[in-house]
Amino acid sequence: MAMREFAERGADLELVGIHKRFPGFTAIEELDLTIPAGSFFALLGPSGCGKTTTLRLVAGLDEPTNGRILIGGTDVTATRSHERPVNTVFQSYALFPHMTILENVAFGLRRRRIDDPAGKAHEALRLVELDHLAQRRPQQLSGGQQQRVALARAIVNRPALLLLDEPLGALDLKLRRQMQLELKAIQEEVGLTFLHVTHDQEEAMTMADTVAVMNKGRIEQMGAPEELYELPRTAFVANFLGQSNLFTGDVVGATDTAIAVDAAGSRIVVPTARAQRHSGQVTVGVRPEKVELHREQPVVEADRNLIGPGVVTDVSFSGVSTQYLVEIPGAGRVLVFAQNIGFGPAAAEGDRVWVSWAVEHGFGLEDTPDESRFQADASTSAIAAQHRDALVAELEEH
Amino acid sequence: MSGEGQAGAVLGGLAESEQLEQRPQPTRERPRRGLGRWLLPTYVTIAFAFLMIPIVYTFVFSFNDSVKSNIAWRGFTFDKWLNVCNVEGGAVCQAFGNSIVIGLVATVLATTLGTMIAIALVRYRFRARSAISLLLFLPMATPEVVLGAGLAAQFLAVGVPKDMLTIILAHTMFCISFVVVTVKARVASLDPALEEAGRDLYGSPSQVFWRVTFPLLLPGILAAALLSFALSFDDFIITNFNSGSVSTFPKYIYISAARGIPAEANVIASAVFLFAMILVITVQVSRAAREKRLAKLS
Amino acid sequence: MAFAAFATAEAQPQAPRKRSAIALVLLAPGIAYLVLFFLTPLVSLLLTSLQVQSEFGDIGEFDYAFNWQNYVDVVTSYWPHILRSFGYALVATVLALVISYPIAYFIGVKARSKPLLQGILLVLVIAPFFISFLLRTLAWKQVLSDESFIITSLKALSLMAPDAHFTGTPFAVIFGLTYNFIPFMTLPLYTTLERLDLRYLEAGGDLYASPATVFRKVTVPLSMPGIVAGTLLTFIPAAGDYVNASRDFLGGPGTQMMGNVIEANFLVLLNYPAAAALSIILMAAILILVGIYVKRSGTEDLL
Repeated sequence: MAMREFAERGADLELVGIHKRFPGFTAIEELDLTIPAGSFFALLGPSGCGKTTTLRLVAGLDEPTNGRILIGGTDVTATRSHERPVNTVFQSYALFPHMTILENVAFGLRRRRIDDPAGKAHEALRLVELDHLAQRRPQQLSGGQQQRVALARAIVNRPALLLLDEPLGALDLKLRRQMQLELKAIQEEVGLTFLHVTHDQEEAMTMADTVAVMNKGRIEQMGAPEELYELPRTAFVANFLGQSNLFTGDVVGATDTAIAVDAAGSRIVVPTARAQRHSGQVTVGVRPEKVELHREQPVVEADRNLIGPGVVTDVSFSGVSTQYLVEIPGAGRVLVFAQNIGFGPAAAEGDRVWVSWAVEHGFGLEDTPDESRFQADASTSAIAAQHRDALVAELEEH
Repeated sequence: MSGEGQAGAVLGGLAESEQLEQRPQPTRERPRRGLGRWLLPTYVTIAFAFLMIPIVYTFVFSFNDSVKSNIAWRGFTFDKWLNVCNVEGGAVCQAFGNSIVIGLVATVLATTLGTMIAIALVRYRFRARSAISLLLFLPMATPEVVLGAGLAAQFLAVGVPKDMLTIILAHTMFCISFVVVTVKARVASLDPALEEAGRDLYGSPSQVFWRVTFPLLLPGILAAALLSFALSFDDFIITNFNSGSVSTFPKYIYISAARGIPAEANVIASAVFLFAMILVITVQVSRAAREKRLAKLS
Repeated sequence: MAFAAFATAEAQPQAPRKRSAIALVLLAPGIAYLVLFFLTPLVSLLLTSLQVQSEFGDIGEFDYAFNWQNYVDVVTSYWPHILRSFGYALVATVLALVISYPIAYFIGVKARSKPLLQGILLVLVIAPFFISFLLRTLAWKQVLSDESFIITSLKALSLMAPDAHFTGTPFAVIFGLTYNFIPFMTLPLYTTLERLDLRYLEAGGDLYASPATVFRKVTVPLSMPGIVAGTLLTFIPAAGDYVNASRDFLGGPGTQMMGNVIEANFLVLLNYPAAAALSIILMAAILILVGIYVKRSGTEDLL
């Protein structure tokens, strides 16, 4: 078997011009992606965005309609799942219920006729600190333990590429945090290339070196987590990763360093380098925690955008910070996250306020939101979905 | 749905329940006061006593020191148990043996064919799916006398003489649908990710089938086989139409009913009953023990 | 489990994923078998039911024809048997339902917190399956014969006329049918009641329903799939049964059902067309009744 010798440090994954159509819908539009060896790469997106399909194509569980898949420079498009140097940690873990934990972990080694499968399986189990449960059956383990077995069963094969299909989705919040750290530690220890698929933006951002945000079968934006968060390029990314205040208007002035947008009477300035488009109608935005709330009209400063006055329509106190919703005539609603430095909220419902933020914190998008700003807020539903999943997982635990 | 004993249906049920099912959590009901509390348990006790009467009767009369017909109680003896084949030149044992052979062959055929259909139904897309589902449902909704008469008319029209083979062909036919229903449930409950994991872990298609799919389907397949055997073993109506001169155990009883059943028939029926009960209870107890062990561990 | 298949509307299985030649290989043998030994026999039966007696032939020799007169003949001669079959089956089904529901409710709901008791009771429900159907029926014949303890006691207590019989009467046949099909009724009922979420009952009580109303408005509708499955599993074989009604078992000359007539015509009188015509009538009637029943009870997805 050609695949018996696996790379010790993982391998590059290249997807070239991938299309995947199922009867009735297109799962992947046009995908080109290169994941360098040894990296921890996360594909982030809402359900149905094509991320799981991408993973299954890489694993060889589905075939692409068009395009090529290369692992470590070798074209594996035509090879079948069991011939690829790739292993998967399935969303449901998919541990074989009729085998012991040890047999589960040794399964892949035995299929490849590797020497001393039991010894290597024990070694992998020690890595995930579950060797003492080697003779148990999967049903006898908790969700977190099953997840670690699934991980051991995959990494014991030393695959060039490890695929993780929302493996933390079924865990409760506390366990999930713990697992995230463990996964990251194991990745650093064994040095494989990890491809992680998730709908949980926080999980993607804490764990991955590189995050690709996927939507409707395409990659919207790819980069380091901080970069994606601080400089989203599309309305989808701006709202899926955290929350954003977006304003659409025509460019009314441009210098070498900045452009000015007229959003229904409010003039908003964004650095040219942080804007994707510099003329015509553009959408600009700012993150809510970058916005400052003023009870009195402040002095206009050159390096700050100031809009208002508006009326506070909602105040929700969450301990660390307070969230204010400000209705500004013309500009619409603006969300402000303020640290609770003093005691309690700084403004009350019905107060007249102004909002401002530093020009350098603004960003300009490639596209405009499809609908009104707050409907495009996909993160709300994503957060709701996460909460529901967490609740369900918690209920199942008991 | 054979009119006769469906031991296997239940054996099947027991083996089936191996799959871990999410059940509503048991809730303890608030105990009711007074008479109402005892009404249902009393009724159930009486109902079970009623259900058991013919079984106890058959068992007791297997020890009757009867001469020809086994109607009046003539004293206790072990003779019939010890010399079960000595009556009428061993006709009972001959019939019993035929029933076993027919049951085994029909079970193997029906289980194989039915399992294949069940896998295809769950796992693949194909045209005429609803027509095939109907074809599988109809034998279960057709009265046995119609199945029996139909096959007999067919064998008559083609000129096939009735013997063991025609019985086996008939039994296999009515068992297939029950196998499909039983195994299908198991295939549908099988997480496809398990087979994908097998492929992902370097298992070739045949290795994945034999090491992952088949062992996981096995409880369902065994249940279906037990069901088939029980259906075949106790079938009388369809057999009666398609057996010619071949005797089976139920047919033997039907024919001798007019002149009196020898106690040896009761012996065989009681022995089969005891064997099946021991099997069922063993399965139940070992399952309970395993669940207890699981509960303790988790 | 076959009963479960009747009792629970199947959850939609995962969308079948692929078209493949393998499907054909898996399906072909079994489907061919059913076409050959189930479907073709039905066609044979239909053709046989239209045959005429050979002009110069012996008894039992017939020629193919289109003699629909056979149907008129069997209905004229056997209409009492036809009515009896469905009448007996209907009464037995209702009785079996009434007797089984409390049993199933007890095992599935009351005994839920005691798995051991539940297991034992289930084994007891199925115990009759393990002993020959025919022997059980014969046992009842002896237990309820004129000389038996039960009947003589009833007569001594003047609860029965001194010259009355039990075996050989329609009551005995219905009794036998009911007894024999109680497990077929109880198991599907148990299967649905066992899955009944008790919180619905609590919610019913919380919303001011009396226990009787909760039973009528919540428990019964939720156990409908089990009721439909159980009644079908009882009614269909009971309508076609001929063992209970047979003279050597619990029946008498006046209790013969369609099954008895079909058997006699086919195996004794060798009047194949009459037997075939009756079979076709039985099957058609059952399919129509089942179709209407399933539609009315709103459980089409069972089929």
